[in-house]
Amino acid sequence: MTFKETALPESTGWRAPFGTFRLFAAGTHAGFARHVDTFGPLDLDSVGPELISVLKASGLTGRGGAAFASWRKLAATAQSRSAGILAPRPVVIGNGAEGEPLSFKDKTLLAEAPHLVIDGLLAASRAVGGSQLYLYAGAASFPAVERAISERPAARGIRLVEAPDRFIAGEASAAVNAIATGSALPFDKRRRLSESGLKNRPTLVLNVETLAHIALIARYGAVWFRSVGSAVDPGTRLISVSGPGPDQVLEVAGNESLGEILYSSQIDAADVAAVLVGGYHGRWVKPHDYKLSVSGPASHAVRPGAGVFHVLPAGYCGLETTARIVDYLAGESARQCGPCMFGLPAMAGVLNRIAYRERDPRLVKELERLGKLVAGRGACHHPDGTIQLISSALDVFSDEIKAHLAGTCTTVNGRAA
Amino acid sequence: MSRTLHIDWTKCDGRGLCTELLPGLLGRDDWGYPVARRGDRTDIAIGRDDADAADEAVKLCPRLALRVVGGSGGSGGRPAR
Repeated sequence: MTFKETALPESTGWRAPFGTFRLFAAGTHAGFARHVDTFGPLDLDSVGPELISVLKASGLTGRGGAAFASWRKLAATAQSRSAGILAPRPVVIGNGAEGEPLSFKDKTLLAEAPHLVIDGLLAASRAVGGSQLYLYAGAASFPAVERAISERPAARGIRLVEAPDRFIAGEASAAVNAIATGSALPFDKRRRLSESGLKNRPTLVLNVETLAHIALIARYGAVWFRSVGSAVDPGTRLISVSGPGPDQVLEVAGNESLGEILYSSQIDAADVAAVLVGGYHGRWVKPHDYKLSVSGPASHAVRPGAGVFHVLPAGYCGLETTARIVDYLAGESARQCGPCMFGLPAMAGVLNRIAYRERDPRLVKELERLGKLVAGRGACHHPDGTIQLISSALDVFSDEIKAHLAGTCTTVNGRAA
Repeated sequence: MSRTLHIDWTKCDGRGLCTELLPGLLGRDDWGYPVARRGDRTDIAIGRDDADAADEAVKLCPRLALRVVGGSGGSGGRPAR
């Protein structure tokens, strides 16, 4: 990389944040003046469709869980708009509905840096020629966002819609449905949201952290974004760390290692039984040398999902913990799709029988059979995400399973964390 | 583009009519809901032999949970995840 490439465009006198400390660079509860003072102004009139190619060069992926290339979503939405003479203008939705109980980075971002999210929403809308803007988030996020909107005339058009505190409320079609009907249930996506979403208009749903990154990429460009992280996982990401210690939000390089995250969180790897990465739809891993990555072999890479990092302390039973999570996930089914409505409680039941040490060697096979039966059948990813969590538990806690099927537990007293 | 049978799981109630019309394509799960015997389970590839039965299933489904997508029919499919 030459010096010329890393130089900022001459139009700004502001220094781009250095290293991995980016999204919270303006400090806590940053008002508009401090926000502009820190990041420099964002000239929205100069933002247009070319932002999509900048996002493509940046390699930004969605931070809401699915890790889809953000530029593709924008490109598809912009394309739908130009599809017909009378094609309606797109709707852009900032998604801050963090239904995942172990995730709190979006709430934190909206509380501390709402202006970055608003910048990103306004910039994304310019890029796709959007005409209606929504910010969908839990009620707790409203005061900070309302205060931020009131500070900026350009943001007055953003409508706030309350997301219910349910696990699936943040699923993209559930967000659209909540805004359209007040009911945050996923719907069948025979057509992509980018073609037909809210009121059948092309609809772009982006996670609020994704928007905050877009706000910075619009200012400092793709090369700056890629100055941390790796080629496949460029930039930074927020992670919600929970477990034995206090809950905390960290901003880390896109390809950060598990060891580094534990170290930053002041957790000794020797005190860790396993880590749940990606949340309730994520994957359990042992505290080995994994890196966060949206791709790469399962032996070395673990998908960051929505950035959840939950530590199970040594001495706690991963099977009991997982059984409790799957009970919750079964209860959070929207109860619209049969395979989910019946399959998840069935899987939860079998997993509980394993967790509570029923001596029946057929239980694991039955759990695997149910997983295979339910997979790929539902309007949203809820059943598939649940199956992924269960299969990672069967894999990572295989020694515990052997013990449980023999009527004992490897942990001291079989406690769920 | 080949034709697929799309199941709207939010509408499907497991009545089983489709599984009777398309026994080679669809089985039933523990609760009576259709399960594709192979391949994608929400957008199920329809072979030439099943084309007429698939159209019939779409018409007769009491829950209007089925669509034939692609070929001469509708457009688009399921977004990649």
